Amino acid sequence: MGKHVVVDPITRIEGHLRIEAILDDNNTIVDAYSSSTMWRGIEIIMKGRDPRDVPLLAMRICGVCTGTHYYTSTQTVEHALGVVPPKNARLVRNLIQGSLYIHDHVVHFYHLHALDWVDVVSALEADPAKAAQEAKKWANMLKDPITGETIQPWNAGEGELKAVQERLKKFVKAGRLGPFANAYWGNKSYKLTPEQNLVAVSHYLDALQIQREMAKLMAIFGGKNPHPQSLVVGGVTCVQDIKNPARLGQFGDLLGLSREFIYRAYLPDLLMAGAIYADEALKGIGRGLGNYMAYGDFRMDDLPWYQGKTLFPQGLVLNMDLSTVYDVDQSKVTEDVTHSWYEYQGTDKPLHPFDGQTNPKYTGFKEDGTLDPKGKYSWIKSPIYDDHRVEVGPLARMIVGYARGDERIKHYVDWLLKSGNLPVEVLFSTVGRTAARAIETALMVDVMKEWLTELAKNVASGDLSTWTDYDFEKLTKGKELKGYGLTEAPRGALGHWIRIKDGKVENYQAVVPSTWNGAPRDYKNRMGAYEASLIGTTLSNPDQPLEILRTIHSFDPCIACAVHVIDTKGRELGVYKVEPVGGACFI
Amino acid sequence: MQFFDREHLRAVFSKPTNYINTNKGEAYYDALYRKMEKRLQELRAQKPVREAEIKFQELLETWDLTRRDFLKWVSATTAMLMLPAKFEPLVAQAAEVMDRVPIIWINIQDCAGNTEALLRSASPTVDELILEYLSVEYHEVIMAAAGDQAEENLEKAVKDFDGKYLLFVEGSIPVGMPEAFTIGRHPKTGVEHVKHLAEHAAAVIAVGSCAAFGGVPAAYPNPTGAVGVMDVVKGKPIINIPACPANPANITGVIIHYILTGEIPELDSLLRPKFAFGYRIHDNCERRAHFDAGEFVEEWGDEGAKNNFCLYKMGCKGPFTFNNCSIVRYNEGTNWPIGVGRGCIGCSEPGFWDKYATERPLADSDIKPPGINGVEATVDEVGLGILTATAIGIGIHAVASAIAGKREDSSKEEQ
Repeated sequence: MGKHVVVDPITRIEGHLRIEAILDDNNTIVDAYSSSTMWRGIEIIMKGRDPRDVPLLAMRICGVCTGTHYYTSTQTVEHALGVVPPKNARLVRNLIQGSLYIHDHVVHFYHLHALDWVDVVSALEADPAKAAQEAKKWANMLKDPITGETIQPWNAGEGELKAVQERLKKFVKAGRLGPFANAYWGNKSYKLTPEQNLVAVSHYLDALQIQREMAKLMAIFGGKNPHPQSLVVGGVTCVQDIKNPARLGQFGDLLGLSREFIYRAYLPDLLMAGAIYADEALKGIGRGLGNYMAYGDFRMDDLPWYQGKTLFPQGLVLNMDLSTVYDVDQSKVTEDVTHSWYEYQGTDKPLHPFDGQTNPKYTGFKEDGTLDPKGKYSWIKSPIYDDHRVEVGPLARMIVGYARGDERIKHYVDWLLKSGNLPVEVLFSTVGRTAARAIETALMVDVMKEWLTELAKNVASGDLSTWTDYDFEKLTKGKELKGYGLTEAPRGALGHWIRIKDGKVENYQAVVPSTWNGAPRDYKNRMGAYEASLIGTTLSNPDQPLEILRTIHSFDPCIACAVHVIDTKGRELGVYKVEPVGGACFI
Repeated sequence: MQFFDREHLRAVFSKPTNYINTNKGEAYYDALYRKMEKRLQELRAQKPVREAEIKFQELLETWDLTRRDFLKWVSATTAMLMLPAKFEPLVAQAAEVMDRVPIIWINIQDCAGNTEALLRSASPTVDELILEYLSVEYHEVIMAAAGDQAEENLEKAVKDFDGKYLLFVEGSIPVGMPEAFTIGRHPKTGVEHVKHLAEHAAAVIAVGSCAAFGGVPAAYPNPTGAVGVMDVVKGKPIINIPACPANPANITGVIIHYILTGEIPELDSLLRPKFAFGYRIHDNCERRAHFDAGEFVEEWGDEGAKNNFCLYKMGCKGPFTFNNCSIVRYNEGTNWPIGVGRGCIGCSEPGFWDKYATERPLADSDIKPPGINGVEATVDEVGLGILTATAIGIGIHAVASAIAGKREDSSKEEQ
């Protein structure tokens, strides 16, 4: 038996995640466990509050996918009350949520994920002239999917790359590497050439600047980023901003800048890394479950909830079979706690979120300080869809859309794959997950422009309505209401479920993307998506968890989101026994 | 006394709080100037954090910044710290010696919102430079190393910079249920983690409302017994930079102040720096004239909303909230919650989720903050009450400003 690898903390993610992996004698992962090590109990905090106040609180589930829980929670309450926001509100919400997508995906690719593919130190040896050619080569492989023009690289001339290299040299010479210290530079599984690394590092730095501009997109109609504040049950509040042409113009300008960066830096860099690692992708490294689910999102018309067309279609694809797409029905979502630090009372079956229980039962770690895979080992529950374990996220959205034959999605997916001369099977992998995110970003920045135009036209036509009036007292007094919000967060299918009794929150449950993906095993001992995706991956150096990080990061984990769950029994928590763990005694 | 009584309103709207005297007199500033000069000399004499020193000017060049950009940033920062213009050269020098300040940033029960906020840091290029020029020794969200290597980095920084680093904490700490947070190969709880790192820090900075006051996890009924840093760490200087998330301009401001003086900035009774939390949102609100004129938004999206009227009746808590949002705004001044027509939810105040974060005025809220329990007032009554107060309100403001200096002197009562 080989090594037992423990990675805690997994860095460059949102939240607190621990991964343990068992290696065989060839350092190939034969077993893996994903555990979240933090929770806060946000759902119990929601109980008893006015449902109209809940969305702001729900947003604080996460500051990285900021706004996404706000948007979903607002929709959840609206669904329960039967309120449908007006057209302007729909478009503003699409624009705010779209801004989150493009910002989040760019930051993920460059600042959270790139260092798994890109060796910063190797960039020091690059020849800047050759690197400039390299940047041009990959960018030129792409034609703009709208205009058909050949794409030129972003800020990657010889002079520019030379300046970046100088800057890096100074940084390294200065001794302390700060955030780049003690990492895995020189590891064999870094495959990019020094020139390719230099191009990517240069864009890593550019992206730091650009993401700040992209964040302003959300602030224009949202008030601030992170944590915008303009959504209310029934609509949005930013009527001042949508009737101001200067505001719309500013949005358009920033969107244009974002598009430039996405098409000229992000996509070419993705294509470059994807092509270099394509052999691994085709071998299925990081494939995982092979089941993909999307709730669908981004309303394209003003029909009532869940009756209209959405930009991303809903659906379930099983076992990578693109020929069949099943419709998704929220009533088939359940959560299991066999291996989670919770216990159910009165049943041992997985429960639907409307009936969700979350009675914590912390059992700690084993004597040797490792997770106990036979027992309970994570604060994340195990969601199950119709008795399938599924993966959610950009890859699931692209696969479901592709299998459904959605024109827009097919156009963008085929566009990138053909540019790199890659078959669609390449998507079923770690690389594929990362590529799907980039494809989706390109699609999103283009469709946002359509929404902005639609908004400007609608406002110009004289429609300034931003809120649907409703009588809260009348709708809720003496009644019990149920509602759900099914959306697509940047990281995947997101569902909130609410029960309202006499105008107060009776129960609130959220099943979020990183719950689906980061979950531990279920009652049939079937793995969660992170765990399954690690099996079969070989570590080139078992002391360096580089390959583990690469695959786990390809999901873009957001663990604060995944672990927020606790129900009405939560108050009992303070009294349960805390076990001594691995020599460190919890007090 | 009831909430809408004139006397109560008078007390609420003019209570002794954080009014800052922005002119403390020649002698005070001369003494401060000399102190800062001395401090900067000492810092310059220290060995830099980085072994080979990078010249500040070179760094500006590599970031493609002009001296003019830099000076613009210096002026803005000097003003934000409420120092007279003659301090600008010192602020500029402070930026040059920033390399001496190592930083460890940890996340406990957090949502990473403050980390994200920091990445959006306001004065763009220069703050970015400052970020790099600081020595960020540990920050889980951005660091390349993970697992054991990340833990090694942390322990090395604690050893190398014992007593010298600034510890930034993001997120609350679950003392009621320590195992709600663990970290490391040999799992440590959040309480242990924070205590250990605080013990070796020069000062602890609680970023965001969760680290400052418990924030979201501490909202009723506080299932994990979450608290802020000041309830866990004793015997170290603590600075709270609340708000949800904290404004990055205020984070940078605290760092510069620390470098300039070697001390933490003047704090209010809640350990918030007065330069940022010295005023109520209401005092500098762009919609204040509508409040004074009694022009309110009555319903989302109504005529009042289209005309930027006051959001008090829609639950804006600007009158109760101390923060500089109305001046600094967010995302390089792009917008802010009142600008976007929503109103303030009081996010820099302790317990704001239970007191303020509703879309109704206090009197109409289901959540009854202490002192307002059982008030059966309608919005309009309270609105009227306030309007009555407003008639004399301008007078109150004038009085409040006039006696602000005295309050500054008698600030002991706040402490």
